[in-house]
Formats: sequence, C-alpha cells, structure tokens
Amino acid sequence: MNEQDLRGLIEDVRRGKLSRRGFTRAMVALGLTAPLATQMLMHSGVAVAAEKPVYKPTKRGGGGALKVLWWQGPTLLNPHFAVGTKDQDGSRLFYEPLAGWDPDGNLVPVLAAEIPTVDNGGLAEDGTSVTWKLKQGVKWHDGHPFTADDCVFNWEYVTDPATAAVTIGSYQDVKVVKVDDHTIRVEFKKPSPFWADAFVGSVGMVIPKHLYEPYKGAKSREAPANLAPVGTGPYLFVDFKPGDVVQGKLNPDYHMPNRPYFDTIEMKGGGDAVSAARAVLQTGEYDFAWNLQVEDEILKRLETSGKGRVEILPAGSIEHIQLNNTDPWTEVDGERSSIKTKHPFLTDPAVRQALNLLVDRASVQQYIYGRTGIATANYVNAPEKVVSKNTHYEFNVDKAIKLLDEAGWKPGADGVRAKNGVKLKAVYQTSINAPRQKTQAIVKQACQKAGIEVEIKSVTASVFFSSDVANLDTYPHFACDLQMYTTTMTQPDPGVFMRQFLSSEVASKANKFQGRNITRWQSEEYDKLHQASEKELDPVKRAALFIAMNDLLIKNVVVIPVVGRPSVAAAANNLHAPLSGWDNNTYALQDWYRDS
Amino acid sequence: MSRYLIRRLLIAVPSLLGISLVLFTMLALAPGDPFGELATNPAIPPSVQASLRLKFGLDDPIPVRYLHWLTAMAHGDWGFSFVSRMDVDKLILQRLPTTIGVIGASQIVALLIALPVGVYAATRPYSIFDQIASTFALMGFSLPPFFTGLVFILVFSVGLNWFPFVFRSDLSASGLAWWWEEFKQCLMPITVLATFQAATWTRFVRSAVLDVIRLDYVTTARSKGLPESGVVLKHIVRNALIPVVTLIALQLPIVFSGAIVTEQIFRVPGIGSLLISAILANDTPVIMGVTFVFACLVVLFNLMADLIYGWLDPRISYR
Repeated sequence: MNEQDLRGLIEDVRRGKLSRRGFTRAMVALGLTAPLATQMLMHSGVAVAAEKPVYKPTKRGGGGALKVLWWQGPTLLNPHFAVGTKDQDGSRLFYEPLAGWDPDGNLVPVLAAEIPTVDNGGLAEDGTSVTWKLKQGVKWHDGHPFTADDCVFNWEYVTDPATAAVTIGSYQDVKVVKVDDHTIRVEFKKPSPFWADAFVGSVGMVIPKHLYEPYKGAKSREAPANLAPVGTGPYLFVDFKPGDVVQGKLNPDYHMPNRPYFDTIEMKGGGDAVSAARAVLQTGEYDFAWNLQVEDEILKRLETSGKGRVEILPAGSIEHIQLNNTDPWTEVDGERSSIKTKHPFLTDPAVRQALNLLVDRASVQQYIYGRTGIATANYVNAPEKVVSKNTHYEFNVDKAIKLLDEAGWKPGADGVRAKNGVKLKAVYQTSINAPRQKTQAIVKQACQKAGIEVEIKSVTASVFFSSDVANLDTYPHFACDLQMYTTTMTQPDPGVFMRQFLSSEVASKANKFQGRNITRWQSEEYDKLHQASEKELDPVKRAALFIAMNDLLIKNVVVIPVVGRPSVAAAANNLHAPLSGWDNNTYALQDWYRDS
Repeated sequence: MSRYLIRRLLIAVPSLLGISLVLFTMLALAPGDPFGELATNPAIPPSVQASLRLKFGLDDPIPVRYLHWLTAMAHGDWGFSFVSRMDVDKLILQRLPTTIGVIGASQIVALLIALPVGVYAATRPYSIFDQIASTFALMGFSLPPFFTGLVFILVFSVGLNWFPFVFRSDLSASGLAWWWEEFKQCLMPITVLATFQAATWTRFVRSAVLDVIRLDYVTTARSKGLPESGVVLKHIVRNALIPVVTLIALQLPIVFSGAIVTEQIFRVPGIGSLLISAILANDTPVIMGVTFVFACLVVLFNLMADLIYGWLDPRISYR
C-alpha cells in the first residue's frame, strides 16, 4: 500500500465506488486513524460533510433525569489536569472544545462557528497557521460572554510549566494570537500537517479566563473552579464528590437550539465493570455505562434481558506482544535491558518470525475476547486490495518449526531448541488480568510445540504500569524477553503514537525509563520515515509514510499485534447516545435524548 | 480518675506518632506511583510528571516528607489528594455522613439482634431456641459479606426488582419520599453487614452470659426469690457485659473506616471505598489521612472501653 494505491482508493470514493465509511475502515485497518482518513479525503477535494446525528426533541428540557454509570468515577473536573478518560468525560459535561471528532473522524464544530479549511481561509496553504472563527453569543454558565480572550488564556495557562497541565503536549509548540473578539489564530513554529490538536477534542476543552486567571502557574491547584466548574456546556454544575458522583442540571442558556433534552444528569462512580453492565442491561437502573471491560459471554447473557444494548466502537487500542531487542539478563552499568547489549536470540529474524507464527490470534479472539477484541487488521471488512500483505497474520506451528530448523536452532535432549549454547528460553510478562493470563497460556502452549520454552510471569497492574524508577517489574524497564499490554492511541493523529519506535526515544536508566521506545528497537529507516512525516503536509503522502512505518514494524516483528480493543459501552434501549471512538464518550452529550 | 485520664492521653501521643511514622514509611517504600498514568500516555511529555513530582514534593527524601506531613498535620492541614487535588479533610468529610449512616446503622442493628438473642439463648442453653440461634449464627459468620451481598442483589434486585443495588448519595426526592428511597437503598447493605456482625456477637454474648450464669451469686439472687427478669438484667447481664464491651469498643472504629468490600458491591460512597481507591491510585495523603484518623479512633475507643469497665464493675478502680 503506497501513495499510488491510496490515491486510487480516494478516486474510488470520489466516483462512488467505495463508500466514505468503507475508506475510513480500510485506513483504520492499516493502523491509521479515522480523523487522518477524513483529512486525506478533504485534502483531495472529496466533499466530507459530517453527518448530523439524528436529534428529534423539538424543545429544550423535559427529558427528566439522565443517569450514567462510570465505574471509575471522575476524580477531578479541570480538563487540563484530566489524565484518564474518566476525568475528561466528566469535564466534558460542563466544558467544551472548539470542535470534536465524530465516529467517522470528521471534525464537528462546537464552540467554533465553522471548521477551518483552505477554502474558507481558515487553513494557511503553507500549513503554518490555522484560524478559528468562534461562535458568537456563547455564554459561560455565570453569564460572562465567551470570547477569543478565553482561548488565548487557555494557551497561556497550559503552556506555563508551573501549571503542570497534562495537555501541554498539544499547546507547547504553537502560539495563539487573538485576531478579533471572535477569531483566533493558532500559529505553528514549522509547517504542521496535523493542525487539529490544540482546542480540539479531549485536549481542547476551554476553561474561563475570568475565573482561572489568578490561578495560572504555581497556584493552579487552588482554583475554586477546579471543583466547581463553570463552562459553556449543556449542563450547569450542581455537585461533585470525587470518585463518587458528578451532578449537573440543564443549562437554560445553552448555545445550541432545543438542547439539552435531559433536565438533570448524574454521573455515578464506583464498583466494578460487571455490575455496571448489569445495572444498565439487566435491571435498567441506569441509562448508560462506560468502558465495560467484561467478558463478551457475560455481556451477551446480560443483553438477553432486553433492557439495553451493548455499543462497540472501533478505537485505537491494541493488545500486543513486545520483543526485547536488548539483553534483559545482563547488567551493564547497573541497568538491565541496556541499549548497549543485544538480545541473545530475539535479534535473530528467524526466531522473531517463528514467534509471530506461534501467536494464535484467532483463538484468542474466539475464546477470550469475543466482540471486545478483534484479531488484527484483517478481520475488518476492507476491500481486498487494501489488505496489505505485511499485515497478514497466520498461525502455523509447522512453519515456525521449519523456520527455526533452517536457522540452525536444533532441539536439545529436553526438547528446547538451542544454537551455539544459547537456549530458546523466554520469560513472558504481563499485568494480572484474566484475559491476559489466558492469552499467555495459549502462546506458551504453541511455543512449547515448536521447542521454545516460555516462562510466564504476571505482575500486579498497579506495579506493572507505574513509572517507579527503582522497580524492575514495570513495563518500561522490560527486564524480560517478551511482554504484553495494550497501548492506547489517545490522539486522533498517529504522529505521537508512532514516536514509540524512534531510536531517540529508547527507554533507559539515563532518561529514568521515560523514553517511549520500550522494545529498544532501532532503525534508521524508520527514523527517517518518521522525520519525513513530521514535515509532510499532504495527508495522502503522510498516510503512506505511516503505512510504511507500520509495515516496517510488522516485517521486522518489532511487536506482535494480538487483538484490537474497541471501546465497549452499554446503553438503555430507548436512549440515543451518539458516541465516537476518537473523542470522549460524552463528546456529543448535548445530542443525547430518549424515545418517549 | 482525671489523673488516670491525663496519663492515658499522654501515653497515646507517642504511640500515635509511632503509628504515623510506620504508616508513612511503609507507604513511601511501597511500589507504585501516583502519576503512573501520566507515564503510560504517549501524548503527555515526561516534563509534566517531573514538574508535578516537584510541585507535590515527591522527590524529597522520605524523612523530610514525613516531617512536612507531621508539621502540616499539627497545624490542622491534612494535605491534599494527588489524584483529585482536593483537601483530604474535605474528601473525608464528604463521605462521613454516608459511612456513619450505613455502617453505624448496621452496627446498631447487629447489637439489637445480638444482645437479646445471645442472652435469651444463654439462659436456656440447648433449648430449641438456642439451637436455632446457634445454627443461624454459624451460617451468618461463615458466609462472607461479598457472597451474601451478591446473593441479595441477584434475588432482590435482579430477580424481584424490589431494591436498587446502586447506592446514590444524591437522592432527588424530599420529605417522606426521600426517607422511603433512602430506606430502600440502605436495606441491603445494612442487612448484609448487620447479619455478619450480629452472628459473631451473638455467639460472644451467649458464651459471656453462660460464664456468669453459673456463678454462686446468681444462685444466691435466685434463692432470695428475686424475679427472674431482675436476676438476668441486674446480676447476669451487667457482669457479662465487660468482655462484650471490650469487643464492641474495639470494633466501633470500623464504623469510621467503612466496610471496603460491601461498599464496593453496593457502590456506597463511604470512607472504605475512598480508602481502597486511594490505595489503588497510590494517593498517599488520602491513605495517610484515613488510616491516621482510624488509628486515633482505635486509641480513643480503647480508652472509652476502660472507662466503661469502671461503671459496669465498681471494683475496678483507676490509678
């Protein structure tokens, strides 16, 4: 799949041979995101108008109470401090960005009057700036008008390092200028292909200047509005108990007509995913439940009660196995898996290929994840010619054995293969989580047949995912041969996500294991491709670059993708709740309504 | 008496200091990191985590951090949660009414069951009533609350649809309707907790009363021709209560700490669920706040138990 193929596909969309949704799905299958796919179409002059979600109510309010269940409740309501989706989702009840991402990857204006394009003059041709026109007549919940000053202030607030805002990554490389009271210009230091980052989606929620100005920088924690948000959103703040409940009531001055439908909203936290699913699907006590990491079999059984439905949305999370390129068993300068070492057998391409053949993804999907884990790209209904040969997967023990035999790995007396005194014995770690342990068992069994001895190790999630520099069991230390977890593509653009394989990002003692390259794989070719993608302004060429990077990873078996994890939610049967895998669960809360 | 009280309170100070030191050191040495989630997110630059650690003083050596915490605590400043950035005392106060309401009520219910049943069973040992009470008690404390909790949910929420199983701290009704809703949602968690507690206490009361009932002064009282109710209440129960008081006093601080498992099952926003989520998030100031208050309460209730002995048995004197 190169640039030419992509252009061909776009042409098919233009002629109507391929639907836009089909194109988007094909791009997602290639490891790209829906927002990027839409960008490609827009850039190529294919008209993309976001489909307006159906909204039937003809007046504001009258919908009673909306009760939603987030089994890990929001713990803070300042969007610039919100790390997890739970906090972002909670903040989105009250705060709004200039634009959000719909499920097909289209930008939908929220506080912006329109989406900037080259045609309407919003996007600079040279990719150095984007001009946002703000909606007029929008009011903060306390009656103050929303203006360009608020947007400029948000940029100042976030970029002050003393504020310690987690959204800083999206704002630090831009400059925000006020053009007039309802227009701002975001200027990039260098031509930037991905312009819809600052002020968009989950990192884009805007907080009011008049309440936060005294609390910029070191005093950011003390702002009273941190615990009692005043935003522009569909609901007014009522009460907040961290981890327990967030309450809101209808905003009579909301800037979209006939919205919101519900008079009050309650977001309840606590408990576990299974009982959250039960409360929506079986007893109907609640209208909506978020992030149901529950075995599919249980979900199916609960669904038979007929009170609610399970909503499965494609998103950018992938459960994958990483192969260590460095030697975890030799200590160099007090550091295991040091970049100065080479892994004794995982650097042999034959062993890597064999391991790739030994992961039975189909069984993992069929017996463990069901609808909640889709085995790699090829399961997606994509047109035949899109399926890249490199992303094809296969489970074949005999082929793996043949590969190992040819490479000179001979079985020893104990059945374990060896070459030059190096035995194929690997330690395979992951966090404690039932589906992961089952996956480990499936992989171990197949490896055993092929003469690779696999020792299984499970680490408590709170330790595995911590950034404790002193603890060898965390995933960035990677003090073993193989490890498995899910990475989440939190951003609509793969640019940041793909940094995980840059040579300069290798995790090491020197950078306190904060480097993003955990596999410690280094490739000049990859680095060059990534560099090019940061400059390339043509979305189609850029997509081709990302695909090339992705193919490099798969060809070299840097990681073995196991299953893609869509986001799973449950909703009451009569609830209309537009959701998007590229934005927060509550991104379109103003459009939620109930059939009466 | 007052000298005794002052001495006991003074002894409490070093033990509380010791407890806080041990707690703090253990939390500081335990693996985990309040900002782990920042590290796993590729969109957040590592500098954010570094500046947060600096801002919250996490990079200081442990003794310095402990002294900071101690001096702040002495000034009445409990610190703030790393996760929600809210003051710890506020977080605890938010959850106190629910905790005391639900857990407190369950303890009272347990006591109201355990005392009469235990005493009555002991006055008629091996009668049918005693047998039935013993059987139920055995069942009660053999079944863990998480099991009975789930069974209750399956039967009364899913099966019969009588009660909600998600506890709401923000009921919108008012007046009588509010009380009815509150009653409905409290019934299952209180019953689960109370049956477990009552079962243990019933066995305990029964054996304490049995110990006393055979003593000579009880026989004397009976032979004087005193009415049976007087003998039981004035001579037996009052003396049998001493060990029972110790047990209950030691368990009462649990009312504050909450019931972690039961709170999780019914989503009761009590201090137990606050504690468990703080532990999972490595939110040290909150864990310190909750456990330290808990330690203070244990010390205090111990003292109260000692004082109640004197009232129950005037032979015990305080020096």
